[in-house]
Order: sequence, then C-alpha cells, then structure tokens
Amino acid sequence: MKKVSPGYWLALLLAACFTLATLFVPRAGWWNNAPDAAHWNGRSASDNAFRMLLGDGRKLFANEFFTMADVYFHSGYYPSMFDAHESELDVAAGAQGKAGDSDSTSDDFLGPPKNWIDALGRNFKPNKHTHLDAGGASGNLKTSSVEEILPWLKLSAEMDPQKIETYTVGAYFLRTSLHQPNQAEEFLREGLRNNPRNCEILFALGRLYYDNYHDSNRARNVWLLALKKWNALDAKSKADEKLVSEEITVNLGNLERAAGNDAQAIHWLEAAQKVSPAPAALQKQIDEIKAKMAEPSSSPTNSAR
Amino acid sequence: MKTIFAIAGVVIKELYRRKDFYVLFALTALITLAAAAVHFFHEPNIIRYVKDLCLLLIWIAAWIITIATTARQIPMERESRTIFPLLAKPVTRGQVVLGKFFGCWLASGLALVIFYLFFIVVTGSREHYWPLLEYFQAILLQWIMLGMLTAMTLLGSIIFAAPSSTVTIVLIAIFSIWFLSPHLNVVALHNPEPMRDILYAAYFILPHLEFFDLRERLVGDWGLVPWSACGLAALYAAAYTGLFLLLTWLGFRRQNLST
Repeated sequence: MKKVSPGYWLALLLAACFTLATLFVPRAGWWNNAPDAAHWNGRSASDNAFRMLLGDGRKLFANEFFTMADVYFHSGYYPSMFDAHESELDVAAGAQGKAGDSDSTSDDFLGPPKNWIDALGRNFKPNKHTHLDAGGASGNLKTSSVEEILPWLKLSAEMDPQKIETYTVGAYFLRTSLHQPNQAEEFLREGLRNNPRNCEILFALGRLYYDNYHDSNRARNVWLLALKKWNALDAKSKADEKLVSEEITVNLGNLERAAGNDAQAIHWLEAAQKVSPAPAALQKQIDEIKAKMAEPSSSPTNSAR
Repeated sequence: MKTIFAIAGVVIKELYRRKDFYVLFALTALITLAAAAVHFFHEPNIIRYVKDLCLLLIWIAAWIITIATTARQIPMERESRTIFPLLAKPVTRGQVVLGKFFGCWLASGLALVIFYLFFIVVTGSREHYWPLLEYFQAILLQWIMLGMLTAMTLLGSIIFAAPSSTVTIVLIAIFSIWFLSPHLNVVALHNPEPMRDILYAAYFILPHLEFFDLRERLVGDWGLVPWSACGLAALYAAAYTGLFLLLTWLGFRRQNLST
C-alpha cells in the first residue's frame, strides 16, 4: 500500500473538522436554548462568542465589568476586595435619577493612614474621590471624559444581555454627557431586543425621545407601553420595580402638563402618588395644576369667548 | 568597577541574542493594537482601557524578562564551566554577583524603555496628550523595582537547583507579594492572635511593590507623584536590593562550584 504524506492526512482532518463545524454550529444555538430575543432578531444565540465560550458563567464577568465601569468613573480611586464597598455604584446614580452622591462612602473608604507604609503608598495610588463626568482627577473635561466607561458597559452587555442597568447607564451617559442620542437609542434598542418585556429600558427610551429628540408623541407612546409592561408584572416584581412605575407616571404627568393636557397630567400624577415614597410633593404639583385650571383663562381664544 | 561592567556588558548582549524579549514585545504589541482597533459607540477618543491593558502587559513582560534573564546567569556559568576561567581572571565572587546584577538590571531597563516607547507612541497618537514627565516617573520607579526583583532572583538562583524552578518560584512569590502585601494589614485586623501578629510582621517584612506601580495614576491622569515620595521609595528599594545582594554574595561565597 502506498504511503500517504502526513500533509495530506492533515488536510483531510482539517476538511473533516470544517465540515463538522458547518453541520453543528447552526444547531448549537438551539441546543443552548436560544432566548426569545435571538429568535426575534432572526439570529442564533451562538452568534454571541462569549456565550459559546463561557456559557452562563459569563454572567459573573458581567458584574465585574460593570464594576470596572464604576472604577473608571472614579479614575481608579476605588476600594479593593479587601476594603469596605458601597452597595450602590455611583456610575448608575444619574441613570436612576439620583443627584450626586453626597452620602457616598467612597470619599473616605481609605480612612487615615494606618502606618508609614500605608501613608507612603498613598502617594502612588489614586487618592481623591472624583467623577469622570466632572473632569476626573485632572478636572479637565477635554482629557478626562465619561466615554472611558463605555467599553466596560459594552462588554458587560455582551456578557450578560439580561443585565438591564448596563443599557440604562450606558444610554444615560451617551445621551447626556456625550451628546450621542443616536448611539444611546441603538444601545437601548439592543437591550430591548434582548429584554423585550422590560419597562426600565422602555422608560429610558422615552426619556431619550422626550429630552433629546423633543418628540412628545413618541415619548408618550413608549412610556404608555412601559407602564403596560409594568402592569403585566407579577406582584413581587411590581414591588421591586416600584420606582420605575413612579418615574414613568411622573414623567407622563409632566409631559401632559407641558402639552397643556391638565386633566391627563392630574390623572398620571395621582397614579404616581400611589407608588411614590413622597406623595406630598406630587400633591403640591396636582394642586398647582388644579389652581391653574380654576383660574379664568387668559389665552386669546378664550378671552375672545 | 571595570570588571563589574565588563561582566554586565556580556549579560546585556545576551538579552538581544535571546528570543524572550522579541516574543514578549510582539505579544504585547499585538494585543495592544488589537484592543486599540476596537471601537465602542463610534467614540474615537476612548483610550484608558488600552492604556490599562498595555501597562499590565508591560508589567508582566518586564517581570518575565527580568526573572528569566537573571535566573540562568550563575547556574549557566556553572553548568558550562565558564565560571572557572571567569574567577581565575582574577575576579572575586562579589564582583561576579555585582556584574550579573548590573547586567540584568540594565538589560531589563533597556527592555522597559522599548516597551514604554511603544506605549507612549500608541496612546499619544490616539489621545494627542504627552505627559512625558509622568511617563518618566513610571519608568524610573518600575526600573527601580526591577532592580529589587533582579537581586531577589539572583538570590533564588543560588538557592534553587535549576533555573526553571527559580523562575517558577520567584514568579509565584512576586505575584503573591504584588497582590497581597498592600492589604495584609487589613487582613490582619480580621484575624485572631497569633495570626494577626504573623500577618502584621509579614506586612512590614515583605517588599511593597505598590510604591513602584504608577499604572492606575497614568491611566486616570492623576499627574506627577511628589519627588520626595519617589526618593523614599527608591531608598526603600535600595535597602531590599542591598539585602538580597548581600545574601546572594554570602550564599555564593560558600558555594562549592566544582560539584
């Protein structure tokens, strides 16, 4: 029998591997229980390389990458795994409608130097609490911009497409600090494709339409859809997402008020009162609208009447 | 002094004859350029993750080059029996130790400068910002730290049987020290006696590599470190380097080279 060159054997093996790969790859998505979003998008779940490589273990990395976004947001001034941690990340504060972090523990997580080694070591580490959206360590917005957190948010979304915070935080900075509403919309839509029933992403999308595109009609429609999704949640999820419901209804109320639909505005603000931790402030707004409605109208049309 | 630098010169020549440096440099360049080529959200100015990654690779590569170069110096001289004509020059054992130390230290410094030049070009071309004095501080402190590592590896090379075991043990030791030593005092607080005292003692005895690590400051644009702090860190490193070299010399002086 004629001896076959090892090169030919290698080529044969490579051809066999390639053939098997073309056979199995399209099926692999179905074996992995492709999520709804993948079906909806017309793609197999195996399109996501991280999912193929790491399986569900990738979700562990997603949290780490989201924390890395917070580390970059503080220009590296961040507690190590040996120090005390904050329960809420500062990077998410803006997207959650929280102003600043005056009660943050990050300011002094190091405390006074414990010994001379600690005191000397602090010269070589980031040693001041700063935020990138305020210019970071240098205080210069030209050299230190919040865009630096985006790679980590993108990676976090790739690792765990069901981590909602990633999309809302990323979109918040893209549309506010970086003035990139198109990119923010694209990122939110990616989140929506992966989480079609999520009311938080829909709420963030509504904010984008209202604040950046000044498109009240689309914002209203998206917020109404968000509210519908919230109403469809089970009791436990509703309790967890109470804040979102309040934000949706308050924003709907403000939208209607700005549009001159005072009755609708009152309706939404009253709905917000049911879930709000501070109903008195909302009552004040309702009273103002009612008082305005009770006043004799000064518009030219009504004056003519 | 002439003898010491003659021995050091041979070690430097060895660095560019070996493939370690080229392979590590190519890997660092490839990974950094691949990372820099990725665009996120059409934002062209994102650079900090590239800086972070490149500096980490430079740190790891510098360790590997320094340890791998240093670990084989004395064992190879013994194995190839070139140590005998060298000591017959006459050259004292102390001069051999110092010559090998300066050679490895200078070689690692040269490699470090090339790595940093690449880093500065890649990041500067992207962000159009050149904090050269900060880069100089980072290189200088890292090089001082590599001196300490060189002395530690030389000591390891006369204790352990083969260069491979020296490389492995020193790499594990240096990674552990780098990761743990800054936090041992915090860990000690959460432990009962006598573990608390042991951890505290380790905290003060182990070298603190965080004094020489300016990566986070470079990535976050934190500006210059006070030169007084740099000076203290240099003195700290000099003390450890001197101690390791002294122990190496004491060990090497008693070593029977003919076995």
